[in-house]
Amino acid sequence: MVMFKAAFVREWRLLARQKADWLNPLMFFLIVLTLFPLGIGAKPNLLAEIAPGIIWIAALLSVLLGAERLFKDDFRQGVLEQLVAAEEPMLAYVLAKIVSSWCSTALPLLLISPLIALLLGLDTAAWLAVLLTLLLGTPLLNLLAALGAALTLSADKGGILLALLILPLYIPLLIFASAAVDQASLGLDYSGQLAVLSAMLCLALALVPLAVLKALKLNVG
Amino acid sequence: MFKWLDPYAKPETLYRICGLWFPWLMTAAVATLLLGTVWGLAFTPADYQQGDSYRIIHIHVPSAIWSMGAYSSMAIAALIALVWQVKAAQWAVGAIAPIGAVFTVIALFTGAAWGKPMWGTWWVWDARLTSELILLFLYLGVIALSGAFADRQTGAKASALLAVVGVVNLPIIHFSVEWWNTLHQGATITKFAKPSIDASMLWPLLISILAFGLWLAALTCLRLKTAILQNEQHRPWVRQLTASAAKEG
Repeated sequence: MVMFKAAFVREWRLLARQKADWLNPLMFFLIVLTLFPLGIGAKPNLLAEIAPGIIWIAALLSVLLGAERLFKDDFRQGVLEQLVAAEEPMLAYVLAKIVSSWCSTALPLLLISPLIALLLGLDTAAWLAVLLTLLLGTPLLNLLAALGAALTLSADKGGILLALLILPLYIPLLIFASAAVDQASLGLDYSGQLAVLSAMLCLALALVPLAVLKALKLNVG
Repeated sequence: MFKWLDPYAKPETLYRICGLWFPWLMTAAVATLLLGTVWGLAFTPADYQQGDSYRIIHIHVPSAIWSMGAYSSMAIAALIALVWQVKAAQWAVGAIAPIGAVFTVIALFTGAAWGKPMWGTWWVWDARLTSELILLFLYLGVIALSGAFADRQTGAKASALLAVVGVVNLPIIHFSVEWWNTLHQGATITKFAKPSIDASMLWPLLISILAFGLWLAALTCLRLKTAILQNEQHRPWVRQLTASAAKEG
């Protein structure tokens, strides 16, 4: 717990100093969302119909964008080596990393979700569904992105490889989250989708940090 | 059991075993492949509904089955590599991945070629088709990751870890895709298939499935042999082997 707190505070300090780390994915998200109406056409019906898919694709791309840098600096500066050699459990560091990355990349998306709903012409029920699916789904995005970042840490061309590895794993999330928003905009019940999302999140929370730890250790060597 | 298996994991022994098995497996694979395809393509009756075009089943179904079989064997090898740190199992992951990817491509291609005359389209977003496509992406991820590191050993370990993550995810992906499809549209187009298959068509199909399995095993042996040589090239036994080969040649 001490380790977790120390790592978490350190992450926040770093984020406060490097604002680009959390501002850029957010801007990317907004710009991608703007591109869709420009590319497809701004008819309100059409926009409301494709909004769930757009929001979720933009969200997972923006989380992916921030993921590459997750462990890069710590790897280059030798922090990871020290952690592997240290007696303190490294899992706490991994968890702190994932939680703080969620706070920096996904929490802003939640906060601006009313704005998104406004831009894409979603009603309040659909916005609530967007908010709930983002709340349950984005931790999963961050977990898997952390896994991808850890796996490709010492790879030569990390960035694009990370996307190739992780995007197929995002497919179930994309399906259930956008289906929930879809149902909500039709005025139907979507608690089933939320339950599946929660189940996937629980499974990932239990397993992914261990895989991340393993991947970090094998990259440090 | 592990004590009994352990000596076989020694690269040198494994190399010899693979070399011993490869000619037998390859001969059996070629023989059954010829038997299955010739029987299936030339000597089975035509389907009453689909005519002759159904015959592609003798390539499509075996490759689809073994594309998944290859992924499971790759994942088992990856698990062994991660849990017991068996190096040979790591190399097996890298050896199987491209073969499985090619099987997946064959299944997708023959499926598209079969779909065109039957469904009138090369591709539909059907659950099975989509799962197979995602399987291909997972294979490509494993292959790309294993080649991405300057250090070969790290690449092998990382791709083994990814293969295990993928196999945990595969059922989730499969069922979510199935659910997604049934929500959007019923699988009306895919219900063309007859509930059961006639024995005259079943036998060549089973032989073809066996043939593709043998083929997969043979190619895996061959690729594993190469991987062992590449990874152990500085070991004395490989040097001895190459020296004696050079003397003979």
